[in-house]
Amino acid sequence: MIKKFDKKDEESGSGSNPFQHLEKSAVLQEARIFNETPINPRRCLHILTKIIYLLNQGEHFGTMEATEAFFAMTRLFQSNDQTLRRMCYLTIKEMANISEDVIIVTSSLTKDMTGKEDVYRGPAIRALCRITDTTMLQAIERYMKQAIVDKVPSVSSSALVSSLHMVKMSYDVVKRWVNEAQEAASSDNIMVQYHALGLLYHLRKNDRLAVSKMLNKFTKSGLKSPFAYCMLIRIASKLLEETEAGHDSPLFDFIESCLRNKHEMVVYEAASAIVHMPNCTARELAPAVSVLQLFCSSPKAALRYAAVRTLNKVAMKHPSAVTACNLDLENLITDSNRSIATLAITTLLKTGSESSVDRLMKQISSFVSEISDEFKVVVVQAISALCQKYPRKHSVMMNFLSNMLRDDGGFEYKRAIVDCIISIIEENPESKETGLAHLCEFIEDCEHTVLATKILHLLGKEGPRTPSPSKYIRFIFNRVVLESEAVRAAAVSALAKFGAQNDDLLPSVLVLMQRCMMDSDDEVRDRATFYMNVLQQKQKALNAAYIFNVRLCLSVSVPGLEKSLHQYTLEPTEKPFDMKSVPLANTPITEQKTEFAPVATSKLPEKPGPTRQDIYQEQLAAIPEFQGLGSLFKTSEAVQLTEAETEYVVRCVKHTFARHMVFQFDCTNTLNDQLLQKVMVQMEPSEAYEVLHYVPAANLPYSQPGSCYSLVRLPEDDPTAVSCTFSCTLKYLVKDCDPNTGEPDDDGYDDEYVLEDLEVTVADHIQKVLKPNFAAAWDEVGDDFEKEETFALASVRTLDEAVGNIISFLGMQPCERSDKVPENKNSHILFLAGVFRGGHDVLVRSRLALADGVTMQVTVRSSDETVVDIILASVG
Amino acid sequence: MTAQTCPRQHQRTTMEIASLEPSLYTVKAVFILDNDGNRLLSKYYDKELYPSMKEQKNFEKNVFNKTHKADTDEIAFVEGMTIVYKCSIDLFFYVVGSSQENELMLMAVLNCLFESLGQILRKNVERRCLLDNLDGVFLVVDEIIDGGVILESDPQQVIQKVNYRADENPLSEQSVAQHITDKLAMTSNIMQSAKEQIKWSILK
Repeated sequence: MIKKFDKKDEESGSGSNPFQHLEKSAVLQEARIFNETPINPRRCLHILTKIIYLLNQGEHFGTMEATEAFFAMTRLFQSNDQTLRRMCYLTIKEMANISEDVIIVTSSLTKDMTGKEDVYRGPAIRALCRITDTTMLQAIERYMKQAIVDKVPSVSSSALVSSLHMVKMSYDVVKRWVNEAQEAASSDNIMVQYHALGLLYHLRKNDRLAVSKMLNKFTKSGLKSPFAYCMLIRIASKLLEETEAGHDSPLFDFIESCLRNKHEMVVYEAASAIVHMPNCTARELAPAVSVLQLFCSSPKAALRYAAVRTLNKVAMKHPSAVTACNLDLENLITDSNRSIATLAITTLLKTGSESSVDRLMKQISSFVSEISDEFKVVVVQAISALCQKYPRKHSVMMNFLSNMLRDDGGFEYKRAIVDCIISIIEENPESKETGLAHLCEFIEDCEHTVLATKILHLLGKEGPRTPSPSKYIRFIFNRVVLESEAVRAAAVSALAKFGAQNDDLLPSVLVLMQRCMMDSDDEVRDRATFYMNVLQQKQKALNAAYIFNVRLCLSVSVPGLEKSLHQYTLEPTEKPFDMKSVPLANTPITEQKTEFAPVATSKLPEKPGPTRQDIYQEQLAAIPEFQGLGSLFKTSEAVQLTEAETEYVVRCVKHTFARHMVFQFDCTNTLNDQLLQKVMVQMEPSEAYEVLHYVPAANLPYSQPGSCYSLVRLPEDDPTAVSCTFSCTLKYLVKDCDPNTGEPDDDGYDDEYVLEDLEVTVADHIQKVLKPNFAAAWDEVGDDFEKEETFALASVRTLDEAVGNIISFLGMQPCERSDKVPENKNSHILFLAGVFRGGHDVLVRSRLALADGVTMQVTVRSSDETVVDIILASVG
Repeated sequence: MTAQTCPRQHQRTTMEIASLEPSLYTVKAVFILDNDGNRLLSKYYDKELYPSMKEQKNFEKNVFNKTHKADTDEIAFVEGMTIVYKCSIDLFFYVVGSSQENELMLMAVLNCLFESLGQILRKNVERRCLLDNLDGVFLVVDEIIDGGVILESDPQQVIQKVNYRADENPLSEQSVAQHITDKLAMTSNIMQSAKEQIKWSILK
C-alpha cells in the first residue's frame, strides 16, 4: 500500500502532497497491521502520522471506527521505538474526545510517566492528564506531586502545565499541590519557573493577600525567565488596578524597574503595562514612552509593530506624551509592513499639532495611491477624526477628500470618504456649500446606488436651506433622467423637499414631478404622484408630516412593529391598528467617529441585531406576572443601588410600560460562603405609586448574577405624578455554604440589606425621537397645547452645562445638532424631541441666555395638554 | 463515558480566561500552510475561537490572503487577532494570539518553531521535506505548545526532547531495496530447488 502511493507520488513530481488523496477507510484498513507481530515501527509510524493528519484536516471519525483504531494502537506500546511511542501519545491526545474507553491506556501511561526513560515521562504525563477525570486524578495524585518537583525540567514542566489545564475541572485536587508548585518555582530551569508561577497564580488568584505575598517574594528573589517576568508584570498591574494603590506602591516600582530588563520582551511588557494603567501622569508615562520610541527604530517588524500599537494607545489619552516620538513615527509611515504604517499614520494624526496638519496631508497624498483600499479607509477615518479636532482645517481636508473621491477605489473606500465629508458638513456650517458641491460632482458619476441615494437624501435635507437652492435641482433631476430605479426614487423624494420648503421653486418642482409621474418604475411613479398631491395642497402641516418627518420609518423599532402587527392579526378587532402602541427604537447615540479600530481590519460594521430594549422585552414577556402590560415603552440605563465592593451588588433597570413600571434588580452575591434564596427588593414609594407584585429570584449563588423584579402601577388619577422616590430594601434567606464546593447548609435565616433610594423621574416616561427637521415638526404639532415659562438657573455657569443638564433631565433627543453650543456665544436655542408614555409627541424649544447665571425660556408643544403640564411642572 | 466527556469540558472552560487576565494561555492557534494556502498542520487551542472546521479554514484563508504577498512582513492584524508569521520557500508558518498579547512572546514561539523545524529537516524547510517528516513536525509543535501554554521556547531543548531523526533513506527507497533482496532470495531458492531436482534426476 505504502509502496504504491509513494511510487505514484514520485511520478507526479516533488510538488504534490503524499497525504493529499488519503482515504479514511483505507488508512483505517492499514491500521490493522498494528496487530501484526513483530511490530514494524516504520510502517506503524507512517500510519499513525496519516491518522493524525486526517484528524487535523477535519476528517470526521465515527466513534466505532475511532475506538477500533485506538484499541489497535494500544498494542504499539509493546514496541520500544521512541518516535513511535511519542506518536502514540499524540494519537491518544487527538482521539481523547472521539474514541470510547480511552482510559484503557492509563496503566501504560502511568508506567511511562514513572519509568526510567526521561524522554517518555513528560509527554506521558501530558497525555495521561488529557484522558483523566476528577475521580481518576486522585489515583495518580501521588505521581503528579512527585512529577512536579522532579529534577528533570521537562517532567516538571509537563506536570505543572497539565495541572494548570486541570484546575478548572478539579480545583480541589490540584489545590493540594500548592507546596510542590511552590518548590518548583525556585527551580533553576526558566520554563519550570514560568509554569510554576502560572499555576500558583491560578490557584491563588481569588485570594488577594496570597497573590500580594507571592508577588513580593518573586519580585525580590528575581526570576530568570523573561516569560515569568512578563507574567509577574501582568499580575502586578492587575493587583495595582484592583487595590487602586497609588503609583508610589512597590509594585509600580517593580514594573518600572522592568523597563531596564535585558530582555526586550520584558521591557515591552512593562511599558505596555504602564501605558494601560488608569490615571497615569505624564511624568510616569515618560520612561515607558521613551522605551517605546527606541523600539520604533528596531529592525524587527514585530517590535516596531508592538511599539507603534502601544504608542497609538497612549495617543488616545495623552497625545502630548507621544509628540516626542513624532519624528520616529513619521519614518514609519513608509514602513514596508502595512500594519505598522497604518498605525503610525493614525497615531500621528492624533498627536500632530494644528500646524503640522498641512505637512501630514501632503505626506499622505504622496503615498495614498500606492496602498490598498482597506488601508485607505483607515486613513480617511483618521482624517475624519482630525477634522473634529481642528475644525478650522476643514478647507484643507475637504480639498484632500474631494481629490480622493475622484481617484479609483472600491465601495468601502468611497463610502468612508462620503461619510467623512458629510460629518464635516454637519460640524461646520461654513463648509456646507463646498461639501455639497463636491458630493454633487461625485453623484454625477457614481456607480454605487447606496452612496447615490445617501447623498440625494442629504441634498434634500440640507439643500433647501442653503442660500441658492436652485443650483442643486439640476444635479438631482439629472439623476431622475439617468439612473436606476432606486436612485430615481430617492431623487424624487429630494426634489419634493425642495418644493416644500422653497415657495419660489415650487412651480418648477411641480413641473419636474409631472415628468416623474411618467416614469417606467412603479415606486418612482407612486412617490411622484404622492408628493405632487401633497405639494399642491400648499399646507405646512401636511408637508411636515408627509415630506420631512416621516414617523413610520424613522422612529419605531422594526422587531417591535413586527410583533405588534402579528399581535393585531391574532385578535380580530374593529379598531384600526394604532401606530402609537409600537415601541420606539432607541435613537442611536451619535458618538461614532471618536475611536477607530487600530488597524486596517476587515471587520464588518455591526449587524443591526435586536436592540437592548428588544432583548429586555423578550425577557420580560417570558415572566407570567408581566403578561398584559402591553409593549415595553422605554428601558432606562442601569442605576447602581450599592457602593462598589460591598457584600451584594445590586443595580436597577427601569422598564416603563403604558400604565405600569417594572423594576429589574440585577443582583450579584460576592460572598463565597453564602447562598441567598428568595431574593427580592421591597420598595416603599413616596407618592401614590402602588406596588403590585414582587417576583423574587429563587437562588443567588456566589458570583452568579440573578434578577428579581417588582411591578408597580402608575397613579391613574393623577397623571402629573411622574416622579417618585422609592426606598429599597433587599430581603433574602441566607444559607451558609462551603466556599469550595458551594454545598449549602440545610438551615438558613432571613436577613435584609438596605439599598440606596431609587428615583423615577420625568426622563423615564419619555423616549428619545430624532426629528431631522425640527421646524417642520414644530409646525406639525401646532400650538393647540403650547405653554411657555421662564426659569432662572442660578447655579449653572455655562451654556454647555445648562444644555447638558436639560438633556439629561428630560431624557429627550436634541435635534438639529442644537446640543452643541458654539464657542463664545451668550445665547443658544436648544431643540428637543421625544414621545411621552402613551404615544404623544413632545417638543421642547428652550432659549438660553447667559448673564450671571443662565436664564431659560422653555416652550413646550405636544399633542396632549397633560403632557405639556407635566414637562413644565417637572422643570420648575 | 465520563472519561471522554470531561476532558472536552475542562478544555473549554480553561480557555475562557479573558485576555487581560494574567494567564499562561498565550497562543490561540498555530498553523502551517503551503503556498496555495492549503492547511498542512493546524492547531487551535481556544475552543471558543473558531469552533468549527469551516470557520477555522475561513480564517486561515483570510490570513493567507492578507499575508502571502508581502514576504518582508512578519506581523499582521487579522479579524481582531495578532498574527506573527514567517515564510520559507513554499511554506507559511503562523502563530496567532489575542490582540492584547505581547507580540514578542508570540515571536519567540514562532522563532522556536521555525528553528526547531530547520534542524530536524536539516535546513530543508520546504513543503516536500516537511511532509516526508510530518511525524517529527507534529512532535515539535507538541513540545513547543501544550493546550495554548508555551511549553518550551529554546529550539535546542525542543530538538533534544523530540529526539527525532529525519529519514536518511526515505521509506520508498528502503522498501524497494527490501523488495529486491526478497526477490533475489526467492530466485536463489528456486535455483536451489531446480539444482536439487536436476541432481536427483541424474542420480536416478
